[in-house]
Amino acid sequence: MIEARGLVKRYGSTVAVNELSFSVRPGMVTGFLGPNGAGKTTTMRLILGLDAPTQGSVTVGGRSYRDLPAPMREVGALLDAKALHGGRRARDHLLCLAHSNGIGRGRVEEVLRIAGLEGVARRRAKGFSLGMGQRLGIAAALLGDPAVLIFDEPVNGLDPDGIHWVRTLLRTLAAEGRTVLVSSHLMSEMALTADHLLVIGKGRLIADTSVEEFVRSSSRQSVHVRSPQAADLAARCREAGATVQAGTGPDVIEITGLDSAEVGRLAAAHGITLSELIPVRASLEEAFMELTRDSVEYQAAGATR
Amino acid sequence: MTGAAITRTSPDYRAAFRPSTFGDVLRSEWTKLRSVRSTFWALTVTVVLGIGLGALISAVSAHGYARFSPSEKLSWDPTGVSGAGMYIAQLAIAVLGVLCISSEYSSGMIRTSLIVVPKRGRILAAKSLVFAAVTFVVGGVTNFVAFIVGQALIAGHAPHAALGDPGVARAVAGGGLYLAALALLSVAAGTLLRRPAAAIAAMVAVLFVLPGIAQALPDSWRNPVTEFWPTQAGAQITSVHPAAHSLQPWPGFGVMCLFVAIVYAIAWTLLDRRDA
Repeated sequence: MIEARGLVKRYGSTVAVNELSFSVRPGMVTGFLGPNGAGKTTTMRLILGLDAPTQGSVTVGGRSYRDLPAPMREVGALLDAKALHGGRRARDHLLCLAHSNGIGRGRVEEVLRIAGLEGVARRRAKGFSLGMGQRLGIAAALLGDPAVLIFDEPVNGLDPDGIHWVRTLLRTLAAEGRTVLVSSHLMSEMALTADHLLVIGKGRLIADTSVEEFVRSSSRQSVHVRSPQAADLAARCREAGATVQAGTGPDVIEITGLDSAEVGRLAAAHGITLSELIPVRASLEEAFMELTRDSVEYQAAGATR
Repeated sequence: MTGAAITRTSPDYRAAFRPSTFGDVLRSEWTKLRSVRSTFWALTVTVVLGIGLGALISAVSAHGYARFSPSEKLSWDPTGVSGAGMYIAQLAIAVLGVLCISSEYSSGMIRTSLIVVPKRGRILAAKSLVFAAVTFVVGGVTNFVAFIVGQALIAGHAPHAALGDPGVARAVAGGGLYLAALALLSVAAGTLLRRPAAAIAAMVAVLFVLPGIAQALPDSWRNPVTEFWPTQAGAQITSVHPAAHSLQPWPGFGVMCLFVAIVYAIAWTLLDRRDA
C-alpha cells in the first residue's frame, strides 16, 4: 500500500509534481501513466525518499520510506537500469545490495535464476545490453521478496520475449497479493498489464480509475461508411441526431452518435446502397492522448493531432 | 524465465525478516570495495610506490651522505628517508577514497544504494569505516616494509634507525594512522563534491598545490600556514625529528583529525539533506 497526500515537488521555479494524492492498493498492478515529463519518475523518487517533497507526504505501508527498518524486505524498486557501477560483476552487484539488508547469498542465486541471468552472472555490468540491464534491475528489486514493487518503465529496451516476461512477472507479483506500481508512457502496454490506472500530466493527477472503466468511458465509437449516395446518407444521419464528418474520399463519411446497426437500418429504410459499413473504436492510445493533450510537456510543432 | 517461483523457497524466510543493521551495511560496503578493479590497482600502486620509491630514495640518499654538509648531516632523518615514498603513494589512497563514493554518483549507483539503505548516514559511516580500515592495514604494512627495506639499504652508508630508537616505532605506525585519516578526508571530499574530477582536484590541491603555494609566502605568513596546514600537521605523526615551524607529532595529528571531522560533518549534513 502506497499513499500520497498533497505531494508537491518544486525544482527552482519548475513544479514537477503538483498536489498529488493517490493510493496504490495491493493485489493488483497499478499503471502509472503519463507523457514524458509528466512527473512519474519524480513521484517515484519521492516515494523512495531519494528526493524530499516540497509539501505533502507519502508513505509505504504506513511509514515514510526513510523510516523503514528493512527497506528491501518491504519495497523493491527499479528506477534506472543503468544506476549501477559498470565495473562490477552482476552477481557482486546483487551481493552488495543483498548484504546491506542482511539477505543471504542463496537469494542472490534465486533472483539471478528468476531473471534468467545465471549465464551472465560473472560478466561486468557495463557490457550488458539495455535489456539485460533491465533484468538485472528487476532481479535487484526482487531480492528482498518485498510486498511493494515499484518499476519505472520496466519494458524499456526489452525485446518481445523480455516484454512478455515482464508482463507475466508483474501479473504474477500482483496475483501473490503484492502492491505493484509500474510507470509507462504507453497506454497500450498498460492496457495489457495493469488493473488500475493513475494518469498524470504536468504533475497533476488526471485520472484514478480502473483500466476497464477507462476503456469504457474513453472509447469514442464511430462508424465508417462508404456509399455512392454518401451525401444523402449524411443528411439522413444528421436528421437522426448524429454528427457526420467527411472521410478520406468523396464517397466516405465518418458518423458518430449512431452505432453501425442504426446506420444500416437508416440506409435500408431510404434505399441507400452501402459498400462499406465499419464500426470504429478509438484506440486506447488515442483516448489517452485525448486525455493528456493539454498536459504534454513538449508538443511537436504542427502536430497533426 | 517464468514468472513462477518469485517468492523464497525456504519456509523460514519470514522468520529471517529482521531490521537492517549497521553491520549489514558494513558488509555491503566491504563487498562493494572488493568487487571493483580500481581498489586492487590503487592499493597496488600504494604498496609499490611506498616501498619502491622509499627504497630508491633511501639508497640514493645514503650514498650521498658522505658528501653532505655538517648541517645536512645534523638533520639526517633515516626514518623520514625510508618513508619518503609514502608522500607520493598517498595520492593513490586519496584518489581511491574519492572514487569509492563519487563513482557512485557518476554511475548512478548512489540512487540504488540510497534506496536499499535510506538512512544515508549509515552508508557514509560504513563506507568510511571500511575504507579507512583497509587503508590503515595496507598503509601501515607498506610503511613498515618500506622502513625495514629502507634501513637495510641505508645501513653501512649512513646512520640508520631501528624500531627501538626513541620515536621511531611511533613514526612507523603513524604512517598507517595518517593514511587512515587521509582516507576519511577523501571519502568526505567525494561526498561533498560528488563529481570525481572535482573531488580529486580538491584533494591534489590540499595535499600538494596549496602547501606548495604557501612556500612562496613571506615567512611571517608561511610559518603558521606550514605549521597548521592539516595534512602537513598530520604528517608530523610520521616524523622522528620535527622540522622547524611544525607541531609535535600528536598535536599535529590532532589538528588533522579536527579538520577531517569538520569536513566530515559538512559532508554528512549535505548528504542527508540534498536530493540524490
